[in-house]
This record gives sequence, structure tokens and C-alpha cells, in this order.
Amino acid sequence: MKQTIFTIENNTALTDCVYEMKLVGDTSEITAAGQFVNIAIDGLFLRRPISVCDVEDGLLTIVYKVVGKGTEQMSAMHAGQTLDILTGLGNGYDITLSGDCPLLIGGGVGVPPLYNLAKRFIAQGKRVRVILGFNTADEVFYEDEFKALGCDVAVTTVDGTRGIKGFVTAAMHEGYSYFYTCGPEPMLKAVYTESVTDGQFSFEERMGCGFGACMGCSCKTVTGYKRICKDGPVLCKEEILWQK
Amino acid sequence: MAEMRVNLCGIDILNPIIPASGTFGYGYEYADLYDINCLGTFSFKGTTREPRFGNPTPRIAECTAGMINSVGLQNPGVDKVIAEELPRLVGCFNKKVMANVSGFCIDDYAYTCNRLDVCEQVGWLEVNVSCPNVHGGGMSFGTSPDAVAEVTKAVKAVTRKPVIIKLTPNVTDIVSIAKACEDAGADGVSLINTMLGMRIDLRNRKPVVANVMGGFSGRAIFPVALRMVYQVANAVKIPVIGMGGVATAEDAVEMMLAGATAVQVGAQNLVNPYACRDIIEDLPRVMDKYGIEKLTDIIGGCR
Repeated sequence: MKQTIFTIENNTALTDCVYEMKLVGDTSEITAAGQFVNIAIDGLFLRRPISVCDVEDGLLTIVYKVVGKGTEQMSAMHAGQTLDILTGLGNGYDITLSGDCPLLIGGGVGVPPLYNLAKRFIAQGKRVRVILGFNTADEVFYEDEFKALGCDVAVTTVDGTRGIKGFVTAAMHEGYSYFYTCGPEPMLKAVYTESVTDGQFSFEERMGCGFGACMGCSCKTVTGYKRICKDGPVLCKEEILWQK
Repeated sequence: MAEMRVNLCGIDILNPIIPASGTFGYGYEYADLYDINCLGTFSFKGTTREPRFGNPTPRIAECTAGMINSVGLQNPGVDKVIAEELPRLVGCFNKKVMANVSGFCIDDYAYTCNRLDVCEQVGWLEVNVSCPNVHGGGMSFGTSPDAVAEVTKAVKAVTRKPVIIKLTPNVTDIVSIAKACEDAGADGVSLINTMLGMRIDLRNRKPVVANVMGGFSGRAIFPVALRMVYQVANAVKIPVIGMGGVATAEDAVEMMLAGATAVQVGAQNLVNPYACRDIIEDLPRVMDKYGIEKLTDIIGGCR
């Protein structure tokens, strides 16, 4: 973990409420796809945990959805402004278990952390299939970006206005060696049930610190109590205990 | 040269800045970030007789200038703390640590404190009689002078280490509670723990934290904490540790002027993991600015 000041290079809207922000700074602590950063916002007490979408030699890309005051403030920021960011948080995805044809399944703002993951697999020469799930055509983002990497991309929308009509599970055909997923909890549960191989899930929880000190984001797993921020956010299929 | 040393219940510490329990784990998360030997000591995660998972999530709610937590004393239990957490700390912290203890009956407190009494690394026992998170738990002890006296006596009977009782602000008269601790033999008191608070999510009209209510902490509570430290310090002779919303070296000096011998920093560690180190590094500047040569000179200096 490292506290660094980043400078915004650009901040652009991808959809009505989803933005892509590129920042320049020390990214050396970001070592795995699926890790997150924790961003201090002027006037707000807690930092905002946001997953890393991509990272490359001092350039950090995050994609975030405006859901509250913090992300609203972020959406109004422009190039040249600086942000105090804790980097290198969370375990991230383990890419060693993927096999030759990993399946990546993202829903809504669960899509961004899969981008850097896909990039790593493509670099290893793997055949990567990606399912991007949204509610409606207007919400779709990053379809072209994944295609440009060389992934086989399927888009699903709940209302059928783009791609396959239905949830991400409608596009989960067999033939994958392993899977990686991130998205809202109902989607994760559906993927859990539908999947025919092992895989990894990235979870979201309200956090205090984001680096393992406060126990604000604990969950129960097969292998004991885990902190989503420090021992997660990625958990393996076999260790998940669904609550409620 | 600014002299920052203070004596806390018979033990000299390098400076009065102490990370508060529940915001610093068992130390090593922060040891990855900076050399935590710059601290006077730190108060480790509230520890109970048995392991506890704590409350359901969400456990965190943001507030204006603060936060609510309803962690509910998640900890591995005293046996594991002694067997695993304290040994792990040996490599990164070479001073006495403050052991924070919670319980749900008098026996729990006595058992846990007795187990920690033999630990060389433990300098003080900080007894939490105030955690507002656990149903039927700590709250009841900290809100009654008789109950708090009973806990104090039970703990004093099983340890030779200094016993500091950590008080809840969620009472009508904190001075009478502090006096009851002193009369029962406490070596010090620390205050304030979190204030009982609540937030509601406008979108679903439900409480933000699953436990409905939780402990409010952060900069917003500083004036309340300062007032209570002032009242208590003027009523007891034992040392007072001041905490509640401390975020800067100026805040720490203000707490000491109100009567605090040492100062704990809580929620600020969660937003700035370097908060305690930064405060310690900034203290000499603030002391110089206000003409303070020795921090011990200003304890209770507000008249």
C-alpha cells in the first residue's frame, strides 16, 4: 500500500452516469488485476474505494459510477486536478488458475476490473471470452475496448436492447476452463449457481479504512472470517458462504 | 528541544500519541507503512474471552466530519491474541502495548485480564466498559457507577498492571462514572468512546448499518470529547487519556490543556493511515508556536 498524489489526465463520461478517469502518478504498488484504490475526496470523511480498471507505467485508469456525493464530486473534476490516493489495496485476481480459455463475467460497474485482467491473459496468448451484462443499451460501456484487446465479447442486456436479452448467465455457455467475475451480488450468486468450473468472485462492501485495520467489511467464509478490503475483494468459489 | 515524554500510570512513553483501539488492529497492518516505534504505545483491537465475528454488514456509515461503525468487537479471542497476534508484533514494535479488553459479564473481564497479565509485552490494561455495539454487552457496565466499580475491582484483583477504564460518553453524568472508577482502584480513565449514532439511507428508507445504530466517531465529536475530558480531569486525581475526534497536533495539545496526560487518535487513522506519525512529527512545531517546552507542563493547563 502506498499513499500518492495523482494528477488527473482526463475524466470523461462513458454513459449517463459512468465515468472513466485517467490519472498519472506512482502506480508501483498495484501488482494484480482486481485490486482497488481508495480516494480521498475534499470535504468528505471517508475515502472512496474504486477498482482499478487498468494500469500501465504510471497511468492509472478507473471507471466509476456516480452513486453518491463522493462520486458526484469526482465526476465534476477535470484534467490537472490532483487526488490523494491509497494504491495497491486488496488481493486481486489470481491469474495462475485460469487454464487456456478463461471466461470473464462483468455486470455494470463490475466490468472495469476485468479489463486489466483480460489484458494480462491476452498477453499470455490465452483465448479470452468476456460477458458484459447491463440493464439496457444506453448503459453499455467498454465493449469495443475488450474487442480491441482481442477478446471474444458477448453483451447481455436485461431488456434486450443490445446483444443477448437476459442476464449474464444467458451467455454462459460451456467450454471455458475457469471463470472470473465481478458485479452486483445477485449476479454473482447466479454465476455461482450456473458455473461448471471453479472461479473467482470480486465482492463489494462498505469499508472504513480499506487496508485491513477496522474490520468494517468482514465476511464469513468456509476458511474463516475475511476482510473484503485486505483478504479480498476476490474470493475463490469454494470458500464463499452466501449470507441471507 | 521539545520534550514530548509523558508518564502514563507509571510507565514512561516517548510521546503522548496513542492509536485508539479498533482503528489500529494488532499493529502490524500499520507496521507495513511506517516504523510504529515512533508511537508512545498503541491500544490493540478490543479483545474478548471467546472469539467473535461481530455484527452483520454493512458496519460502516459515513457522516459529516465522521463515521459510524457497528463492528461489534470482532476479534480472535484472548487465547489466539496471546498465541498469535502478540508474537507477530515482536518484530515490529519493541515497546509496551496497551491491551484493550471487553466482556459481557464480570467473569469475562477478570478472565481476559488475568490471561493478559502474564504477557510481558502488555503495559496497561484498557478496560472497555462502553462499546455501544453489542446487545446486552459493555454498555450496561459503563452507564452505572456501581457496575463500573464492580468491573474495576474484579480486574484490579487479577492483575498488577495499570488498569485504565475506557468510558462511554452515552451517560448523563460522566464525572460520577469516572469517580466510581477512581474509588474502585482504577489507575486511569480513557475517554470518550464512540457516541451512539444512526444514519438512514433515503433510497430504501432503511438504517445504513445493519445493526441500526452504531458508534459515531471522527472530527465532529471533538468538542464533546474535549468538554468531557475537562470535566473528568477536574474531578479525579488519576491520569486521564483524552480521545474523540483528534486529528492534528493542535487537537492533541488542546486535549492536554483540558487535562489529558495522553491522547488517543481513532477514526483519523482510517482515513489517513499515517495520522499518528504525522501528528507526532508536527508536535514540536506546534509546541514551539505556542511556547511549550515540555508537554507535561500543559496537562490541565486550561484554567
